[in-house]
Amino acid sequence: MTALSVRGLDVRFHGQALVTGVSFDVGAGERVGLIGESGSGKSLTALAIMGLLGDGLAAHGHVLLDGEDLLEAPERRLCQLRGDRIAMIFQEPATALNPTRRVGAQVVEALRTHRGLRHRDARRAAVELLERVELPDPARSARLYPHELSGGQRQRVVMAMAISCCPRVLLADEPTTALDATVQAKVIHLLDRLVDEQGCALVLITHDLAVVSQTCDRVVTMYGGHVVESGPSAAVLDAPRHPYTAGLVATAAAVTLDGPTPTGRLPSIPGSVPADGRFPSGCPFRDRCERAVPRCTEVPADRRDGERVVACWNPVPAGARAPAGEPGGERPAEPGPPGPGPTGQGGPR
Amino acid sequence: MTSYLLRRLGTVLVTLVGASIVVFSVLNVLPGSPAAVILGQQATPRAVRQLTAQLGLDKPLWRQYLDWAAGLLHGRLGVSYVSHVAIGQEIGQALSVTGPLVGLAMLVGLAIALPVGVGGALRHGRPSGSLLGAVGQVGMAVPTVVGGLLLIVAFALRTHLFPSGGFPGWSDPLQALRSLVLPAVTLGVVEGAILSRYVRASVLEQLRSDYLRTARAQGLRMGQALRRHGLRNAAIPLVTVLGLELASLVVGAIVVENVFDLPGIGTLLLDAVDNRDLLTVQDIAMLVAATVLVLNAAVDISYRLIDPRTRGRS
Repeated sequence: MTALSVRGLDVRFHGQALVTGVSFDVGAGERVGLIGESGSGKSLTALAIMGLLGDGLAAHGHVLLDGEDLLEAPERRLCQLRGDRIAMIFQEPATALNPTRRVGAQVVEALRTHRGLRHRDARRAAVELLERVELPDPARSARLYPHELSGGQRQRVVMAMAISCCPRVLLADEPTTALDATVQAKVIHLLDRLVDEQGCALVLITHDLAVVSQTCDRVVTMYGGHVVESGPSAAVLDAPRHPYTAGLVATAAAVTLDGPTPTGRLPSIPGSVPADGRFPSGCPFRDRCERAVPRCTEVPADRRDGERVVACWNPVPAGARAPAGEPGGERPAEPGPPGPGPTGQGGPR
Repeated sequence: MTSYLLRRLGTVLVTLVGASIVVFSVLNVLPGSPAAVILGQQATPRAVRQLTAQLGLDKPLWRQYLDWAAGLLHGRLGVSYVSHVAIGQEIGQALSVTGPLVGLAMLVGLAIALPVGVGGALRHGRPSGSLLGAVGQVGMAVPTVVGGLLLIVAFALRTHLFPSGGFPGWSDPLQALRSLVLPAVTLGVVEGAILSRYVRASVLEQLRSDYLRTARAQGLRMGQALRRHGLRNAAIPLVTVLGLELASLVVGAIVVENVFDLPGIGTLLLDAVDNRDLLTVQDIAMLVAATVLVLNAAVDISYRLIDPRTRGRS
């Protein structure tokens, strides 16, 4: 059964489209990874789902939570759902918590709002929640202010807030990006366990493909405000079909597995996300894509192949292995292996 | 906290000593002798010398300073050269007018600034929000004197709701308060306009803060989130402004007391300057300096109470 269904979601800032036609489904208890560079519209998508877009931003389309359209729901109804049925973990634990209120009071905010918890019960619930996210000495931690906690501890508090009411859908917006590398793994591990215990559906926004492959059932790649590829995470990350996903996989693999290319450079996707958010018409990736063909000036149609969907006029052929497995692919100047080689890599031109 | 309070108190004392030296020096480099002014143009040089000696103004400056400072420490503010009344008593009486006036004005200011500022922030980007902003601008642009005169015309001369000036004394508290209403509103409207801009900016910053978004992600309505999370944080910068504005209200009171003919500190100061009553001027200047310093210290201390991040730091 589908817990969250996003259908044709657009986010516009005073008419300029920042997210266009984003669609994906998250089944009950399913885990979906949302990947892509900064500026690809992942966080905006999450905020639009929560109905918490900032000034000047407007969302159109459909966001169905158990069949109920959140974009058409009145604010009062959204307040009933937020924190209770759908919750969000934010990227910056340093600023996500109120600096002038004690951690214990903040962590039970949703419980008090939705379950009408009284003072004493709330205090007990706060300690329990902090215990569940493995904060040291929860009773004492509850009386601390956010600035008295470390970054990782603050993120645990933010996570405890999000799961306090056992939401159906949990959105996690790069929950580890702001943390030390040593803490990241622990926080992801905890997130994994909490989602498991609660059986809630998870939308995990991240740069970290290793995390996606370990924790997510399916993956959705975004670029330039569009979904460019989606499918089961093992299949997509193993053999990406969209040149952009392929580029992400290649760069990630080089960093974690293979190290620098024989030329001594880390592979990277040529070019960069346009700073002003003005992507080319048609396929937003075409000006950075090595597989671009004339037709890419048209908006690519979705190609379906079983559970996999790719929006590309000239996708990497099915069956091609992930570029990481083929060091030869790192040197596009050489004649490639039989068949079109993996693409989307190579140093900056 | 105790050591912090002691340190802060030490700073206030040191600054007060500095302020007293500055005040004393500035007033004593002014040309002209108070004795000559008191005795008038027909006075003989001998009489002037005698009076100067009698007032202690023939002693070396450092000696005069020490005498004055020691007097202040003992609560002896001296006797006016002109009215021969104890200055402490005069200032006390004037304060009983200016103190309530400034307090009332601040209340009026806050009563205007809080709803206008918060409302403006909540309606940011909408026409009604811009209108509230414009109201604030107009309020600031009207000079105190003009505003005061307009109020006198409307509420004293036309409708006789409030007296147009004068002060009956606190023996009749109701009448005393009535005579303070128009001056307090005059001062307070301008104050409210100024403060409302700070309130608006501060609340707007809270509305855009990440933790307010977190609070809303827990299911709190905008108003709830703002009440529970925003207002306390919004108050942090406002406390500074309030401290500074309270000091500037004391200055503004000088003008308003003149317009409404109130026997407050402002009137006392202007009269003292007119009459070259240097000692009174000196004492009032010290009083104002001490008030500002104490207000600033109060601001710093209230930070600690409002913002836990500043506790435990020096």
